[in-house]
Amino acid sequence: MSFISYLINGISLGSVYAIIALGYTMVYGIAKMLNFAHGDIIMVGGYAAFISMNSLGVNPILAVILSVVICTILGLVIERVAYRPLRNASSPLAVLITAIGVSYLLQNLALLMFGADTKSFTSVVTVPAVVLAGGKLTISGETIVTVLACMIIMIGLTLFINKTKAGQAMLAVSEDRGAAQLMGINVNGTIALTFAIGSALAAIAAVLLCSAYPSLTPYTGAMPGIKAFVAAVFGGIGSIPGALIGGILLGIIEILGKAYISSQMADAIVFGVLIVVLLVKPSGLLGKQIQEKV
Amino acid sequence: MAMLEVKDLNVYYGMIQAIKGISFEVNQGEVIALIGANGAGKTTTLHAVTGLTPVKSGHIFFEGKDITKVPAHKIVSMGMAHVPEGRRVFAQLSVYQNLKMGAYTRKDKDEIRQTLDMVYEHFPRLEERKNQMAGTLSGGEQQMLAMGRALMSHPKIILMDEPSMGLSPIFVNEIFEIIKKVSAAGTTVLLVEQNAKKALSIADRAYVLETGKIILQGDADKLLNDESVKKAYLGE
Repeated sequence: MSFISYLINGISLGSVYAIIALGYTMVYGIAKMLNFAHGDIIMVGGYAAFISMNSLGVNPILAVILSVVICTILGLVIERVAYRPLRNASSPLAVLITAIGVSYLLQNLALLMFGADTKSFTSVVTVPAVVLAGGKLTISGETIVTVLACMIIMIGLTLFINKTKAGQAMLAVSEDRGAAQLMGINVNGTIALTFAIGSALAAIAAVLLCSAYPSLTPYTGAMPGIKAFVAAVFGGIGSIPGALIGGILLGIIEILGKAYISSQMADAIVFGVLIVVLLVKPSGLLGKQIQEKV
Repeated sequence: MAMLEVKDLNVYYGMIQAIKGISFEVNQGEVIALIGANGAGKTTTLHAVTGLTPVKSGHIFFEGKDITKVPAHKIVSMGMAHVPEGRRVFAQLSVYQNLKMGAYTRKDKDEIRQTLDMVYEHFPRLEERKNQMAGTLSGGEQQMLAMGRALMSHPKIILMDEPSMGLSPIFVNEIFEIIKKVSAAGTTVLLVEQNAKKALSIADRAYVLETGKIILQGDADKLLNDESVKKAYLGE
């Protein structure tokens, strides 16, 4: 029974990774850049929800909404100020280094504003835990909400991309920016929208993550951010279903590794799995094999 | 008034001047050919017209409106479509999705449907392969798709960059036949080609570009018999 319980915990943690990985993978697919500040947007989302609830005293639902709004605006501002001016830079490293700089900037701003001490986050989830198998298996409310949120986001995003004009524009921009412009697609607007969606998802991930693991510091977002990046690469960066599968598998591997092998080694196992996957299938589990016909 | 008028255009790539003060015009209903060797500035000229490359100085007027500074994504809804060099179809999307992308700026579903039927009429092969991924088409079929995609915006003028590049002679003939049909159906055509003989055979007028300058211009049939053109571009 404990195996099933670990598995469920793994799926729950993996769902959070998947939601974060979606942001990484969409931005990579459409803007062709790795936004290493993505993890720190999670941290900002965590503080936004924390302050809304603890200092402003708003209810949890409103706190989540405020957190989403703040992260969306932050994502748009970062894209406009830090990344867009470098879009046509001669080296793709310029924007990568800028992203790392933005990551440190956000961490240090948080350190300055909120201090280094750990804030204890109150869960926003009010759904009661489900007890199964005569008390042997308990599924927490956080787990239920996290997995549901992940599923709804996946379905919503897939519909958005396939059924709406903005979604089609994203597909076109991800394939060929110049050709997309010739179709009448506003490339800058489409990339900004991608950042907005990715950052909004980061806020949701933040609230879910902090509800399940309730300690919040300026570095809270860094490790989940890196792991979600691993999940995105694992599943095939640029692929939306890949982010889901990569995220959930990574969560399961991490929790089972902690439970059965060594809790100190769990992270090493996670990154070890990435190395093996990349050796065997460099494009990731669902990554596209780029074939160009001349 | 000319439909498209380019005046004293200068374009730089960094320190290098790619276009050196060229002027030309395209009138409604014409087929105009821009011919010249590799590196003469033909593609750059088209990119400047549709806003893909910034212009250093000079002006571009479309239907009397100065579009020199209009961003690329706003050009297509004004009635100008650009079939880029190398086709640049969306390889991971189906033929049908590519064609739909061409109508991105249009709203009326019935009108889009009509244009789609018209495109399928020009290119029956595209209808046969509408569910196939564009990346799996042959070069000639991709060229047809790129042209069909441009026609989906229902343009007043269509700019075509090297439509015959890399195609077998049979496809080259087919592509030029279709250009004639598109022109006959009322769309103005600005054609950039290295295959000068073919281009001149269907054009009304032509401009000859050499290292960023227009060195010759005139009626296509006259240029076709011009000794210097024959020698330099027609391989005779």
